[in-house]
Amino acid sequence: MTDRTPNATDERPPKPRPAPTPDADSAPYWSAAREGRLVVQRCTNCGARQLYPRDRCLVCRGPVEWVEATGRGTVYSFTVIRQNYSRPFRDWIPYVVALVDLEEGPRVMTNIVGCEPDDVRIGMPVRAQFEAVSDEAGIALFAPVSGADSGADSGAD
Amino acid sequence: MTTDGRAACVVGVGETRYAKWGGIADTSEYQLAVEAVLAAIADAGMTPDDVDGLASFAEDRNEATFMAADLGLPELRYASLSWLPGGGGACAAVANAAMAVESGAAEAVVVYRSLCQGQFRRFGQGPGNMPARVGPPRVPHVRRATSLLEAHVAFTMPFGMFSPPIAYAMVLRRHMHRFGTTVEQMGHVAVTTRAHAARNPRAVMGDRAMTMDDYLASRMVSEPFRLFDCCLENDGACAVLITTTERAADSAKGPVSVLGAAQGALKGFGHGQYSNVGMPDDDYASAGARGVAARMWARSGVGPSDIDVAQIYDHFTGLVLLSLEDFGFCGRGEGGPFAASGALAWPHGALPTNTHGGSLSEAYIHGLNHVVEGVRQLRGESTCQVDGAETCLVTSAAGVPTSALVLGRR
Repeated sequence: MTDRTPNATDERPPKPRPAPTPDADSAPYWSAAREGRLVVQRCTNCGARQLYPRDRCLVCRGPVEWVEATGRGTVYSFTVIRQNYSRPFRDWIPYVVALVDLEEGPRVMTNIVGCEPDDVRIGMPVRAQFEAVSDEAGIALFAPVSGADSGADSGAD
Repeated sequence: MTTDGRAACVVGVGETRYAKWGGIADTSEYQLAVEAVLAAIADAGMTPDDVDGLASFAEDRNEATFMAADLGLPELRYASLSWLPGGGGACAAVANAAMAVESGAAEAVVVYRSLCQGQFRRFGQGPGNMPARVGPPRVPHVRRATSLLEAHVAFTMPFGMFSPPIAYAMVLRRHMHRFGTTVEQMGHVAVTTRAHAARNPRAVMGDRAMTMDDYLASRMVSEPFRLFDCCLENDGACAVLITTTERAADSAKGPVSVLGAAQGALKGFGHGQYSNVGMPDDDYASAGARGVAARMWARSGVGPSDIDVAQIYDHFTGLVLLSLEDFGFCGRGEGGPFAASGALAWPHGALPTNTHGGSLSEAYIHGLNHVVEGVRQLRGESTCQVDGAETCLVTSAAGVPTSALVLGRR
């Protein structure tokens, strides 16, 4: 598979991780992650929590507010990417794209870091760690919880 | 499907040549669409003077209102675009055309799809890295997503999640986790479909035999999907002509009825950060088509046990298994064993499926070619003909807002 990677002779500097473009609905999410906090939307009427951010509750159409999440969750599903010809992703191969069910309910898309791709399992407890990707946005990556350590960590490992 | 005595049927199908990605360089995607539409009209024994409607589905680059002039239609009375996306919308577009014909809004509607992936970016890819906004907006405004793709891209691209194989690999991983579905069971879909394509001179992969060992040796793309779990990328177009049974009485090859159709998306689609990821577990690890299936069977007056042959949308092998479950050919979680039993293989399987080779081996035309093959089966024209076939299920894509229909010979 290595011989299929078209960047063997590519000496350009690594391309940075793509940054999201915040909009009216999502800006609070990205700026919180920039500060090392994971937030989800909570309906002030029925209490339902949601992500992707919307301007109203998808259960009862009530107003929503942003509330802090613990950053703890479990792997719902995942895939190990073994082929990708686009920059910067081809430099990451193999990498893990996963869906993580947060303790608070919403399911988030992320990368699992801090372990070998082959060691990722459905149901694995994970916690958020944060990476700044632009002046206005950070993202939450998730790493396996080791031992008794289960608190959210805002530091970049 | 019938109202006021006007019943819709398919009387013509047309195709261009199908070629691998970039294989058609001398004709534009739009020209191929026109070519396919004209072929469907000719197949029906009609002329453009008989046609007054055009229909397609979301993400089509080729406008019906532009094409009507090139086709020389006398008057355009119906032009529609289903919101259901590429993959999910082919059967919906046919159903919309049938509704237009049955309502009397139009007499003859052609549904078309053209995909020249060599001339455009690969279908289904994210729009690249989103450009940073530069400077203040020219007019102050609230910026807010207005489409699923726009909403989702910010939540997927930073993680290197930008293509359907990655998204739907996670669906299959979840299905494997819950039901024990295996890679070899997915391989049965790939190998069976390739064998069907070997008999089909139109098939892009018709001359490329595949064994289970070949399948298992193909390179891993996004676990559990290997290269041979993924549909083709290619150039080509096809079209389907729908009119009333009355008009079809003197058609060249006789009518094929649309017994019933349905379209839509379950609640929960679009609630999460990408497509189906926010759905409840039972729906996420499925084709997401149980609502469409129930409504389609109810409207068509037939059920899974009445189906002689099926064309199941196959963007990925594993999602065929999930569609077989949603449409009731086997129990929940039993799609893998059902395929591994040989059920999908022509001619002796319980449900010969994708008898043209499907998107995996004939061509990827967003499943409109699956409708074409369904019509061929009921005319007795398939290269993997099911003897005496009277009913054919055609489904559009799993995992997205989707549609399905039953074709019948009656």
